[in-house]
Amino acid sequence: MNNNWLEIKNLEAIPLSEIPRLDINSFREQLVKKIKSGERLVQLFGNKDNDDVVLYGITANDDNSKLYLASCIFDNKKEYESLTQDVPAAHLFEREFYEQFDIKPLNHPWLKPLRKINAELYNFFKMEGEDVHEVGVGPIHAGIIEPGHFRFSCHGEKIYHLEIQLGFQHRGIEKLFRKNNPVYLLKLAESVSGDSVIAHASTFVRAVESLSNCNVSYNANLIRAIALELERIAVHLGDLSALSNDVAYLTGSSVFGALRTKVINTTMSLCGNRFGRGLINYGGVNYEIDDALKSKILNTINSLEEEVNLASEVLFSSASVLERFEKTGIVDKETAIQIGMVGPAARASGVSIDVRADHPSGAYQYFPVHKLTLNSGDVFARAYIRYVEIIQSIKIIREQLENLSKENIISSLGSLEPNKFVISLTEGWRGEVSYVILTDETGKIKKVKIKDPSFNNWFALALAVRGNDISDFPLCNKSFNLSYCGFDL
Amino acid sequence: MMNLIKLRKQHGFQTINDIKNALILDTHRGFPLLDESKCELNCSECKEICPTEAIELNPLSLDLGKCIFCGECEKICKGNGIRFTSNYKIAATSRNNLIVSSQQSYEEYELKAIEIKEKIYKLFGRSLKLRQVSAGGCNGCEMELAATTNVNFDITRFGIDFVASPRHADGIVITGPITKNMASALLDAYKSIGEPKIVIAFGACAISGGIFYESDELDRSFIENHKVDLYIPGCPPHPLTFINALLKYLNI
Ligand code: SF4
Ligand code: SF4
Repeated sequence: MNNNWLEIKNLEAIPLSEIPRLDINSFREQLVKKIKSGERLVQLFGNKDNDDVVLYGITANDDNSKLYLASCIFDNKKEYESLTQDVPAAHLFEREFYEQFDIKPLNHPWLKPLRKINAELYNFFKMEGEDVHEVGVGPIHAGIIEPGHFRFSCHGEKIYHLEIQLGFQHRGIEKLFRKNNPVYLLKLAESVSGDSVIAHASTFVRAVESLSNCNVSYNANLIRAIALELERIAVHLGDLSALSNDVAYLTGSSVFGALRTKVINTTMSLCGNRFGRGLINYGGVNYEIDDALKSKILNTINSLEEEVNLASEVLFSSASVLERFEKTGIVDKETAIQIGMVGPAARASGVSIDVRADHPSGAYQYFPVHKLTLNSGDVFARAYIRYVEIIQSIKIIREQLENLSKENIISSLGSLEPNKFVISLTEGWRGEVSYVILTDETGKIKKVKIKDPSFNNWFALALAVRGNDISDFPLCNKSFNLSYCGFDL
Repeated sequence: MMNLIKLRKQHGFQTINDIKNALILDTHRGFPLLDESKCELNCSECKEICPTEAIELNPLSLDLGKCIFCGECEKICKGNGIRFTSNYKIAATSRNNLIVSSQQSYEEYELKAIEIKEKIYKLFGRSLKLRQVSAGGCNGCEMELAATTNVNFDITRFGIDFVASPRHADGIVITGPITKNMASALLDAYKSIGEPKIVIAFGACAISGGIFYESDELDRSFIENHKVDLYIPGCPPHPLTFINALLKYLNI
């Protein structure tokens, strides 16, 4: 494609000076063209460079593993024509940019606060008419879950619109990433979203490793991949348990819940924490998988495979379950692509993307991951894709356990290269996790930009529930299982 | 139908029966044993490496309320001055009790960490309904709290349960470091609970701000202004830590 964007790859560190600097009009024009030609918006974020605000954009071509990068500078300019008008996937990115830098995307269709919550200033959509009513829930929800405010505009039971206001978990994570203490930063990455510890920690350390030219051993990469797949299996099982619960299929809820416990306890026997905290380190991992542990993991996943198959067979052949799952909360493929969905939710809508296959890094460079997709885009598809992904992950773990060796599990990390830019992508269980790191002239981290897959997918939930009964909302919600804290940062 | 029966059989009985003596994997990082006599002269590496400033030197102590149990201090301390055991009953009823000193044994700690009050048992011993409020954090604590009600841990058999409305609750469980954006909702929930009520701080974030302690997006005034009855250390705390803390606190 004829444009000025720099072609890079996942984890390729490049000098800041090589990043194309366009004026906002060409930046906008070219970005729109790229997305229209089938590329995907991965990141769009601002950073303060000296006194100017710089906007960075990254797109992906998932067919040839290429990423494209460009930037534009806003010197004193306080507005620009919003991208969202042409690229719906940009809508949250632009809201974030506006909130952080006060540069206004003109004609943005929905320019509302993202994390700065002020109920009085926040204009929710209003619907008027007879029998029309609004239901507001949150920030504190009924269960033991994270906070958010959901406002439904309903006509009787039917949802016309759901407006989601998040930001309640906002801890200012990106600012905390400026602290100059490597152990602290790693633990912070582990705490961005506690159900994706391995995904976030490894995405972060990989970015750091590439900035310091550190070579991670194949063995360490394998252990990371095994842990990432265990994380995927555990959460997917938990989700199948929650989905069963929401349609009052209590056997499924208990069975999948108990199976999840087995898996997180396997992670615990690896690193001492059920969610994988403490496993990932710069340059590799802190714990090895010796022969005893290897056969323990093998035994667990072998029996797990049988158990998951049986439990899923029962779940997905139960008429009363299917009655609730099928044709509920549909997101079609075209919508999924337009709004930039990622992960299993996107794959359940027929979008064939998976970072493990499209932009492979670490151990995934050495074995193929087959991208699994379904087409119906409903709760059923999002549930079923979890089942098939669990089985796929079990196979990956089983095969890769055989490749473990006595090779070292940790290599030392040198200092970071100054004035560099790197983007790191990982397929977490929820989808694409990305970290961008910029270093200053002394090699110190000056900016960390984090994007959890929830950022891409929250809007999908709002669209999925339109036209559905409000009583199906919990089911739709669980079928996405999005992160509040990963979004709020 | 056959499959359903097969599934039921495969599921078997999952509940941990004797939860007070439940075994935990020995990889778990629980109560730390400190021994100042093994400290090298002038070494302050553990204090420097600790991401949450949980360690003090001269004399050596470790604050379980700040600790995120990352194990980094143990790793760097080649002299074995800090060693984590898998002992998981580490909750306490006062903030001070959470500070572990050199030579303190687990038995000593456990004996005095939770002060049992007869009154509490009379009030809540047979039925304690809790409202959880998530106020920041990473959702790790929420997942472990939710796990306390699953088939393995099954906390409801002891009359302890989580309810949807603070109006139905006898107490509040706080998770997360308390963000500015959640401070007023937390206060509202607390005020909506009738007296008498208890306050439980679950996880490093709730107790001390955890890994987020230096964030300027927090508002910790709730913790400063209210009495916390039970502190549950961990990042996140293990379900067994929570359940055993409550059983002991309620004298069940
Ligand atoms: S284990 Fe606790 S005390 Fe030790 S370094 Fe980690 S947070 Fe600090
Ligand atoms: S204490 Fe740890 S697990 Fe709990 S919310 Fe805070 S960071 Fe997450």
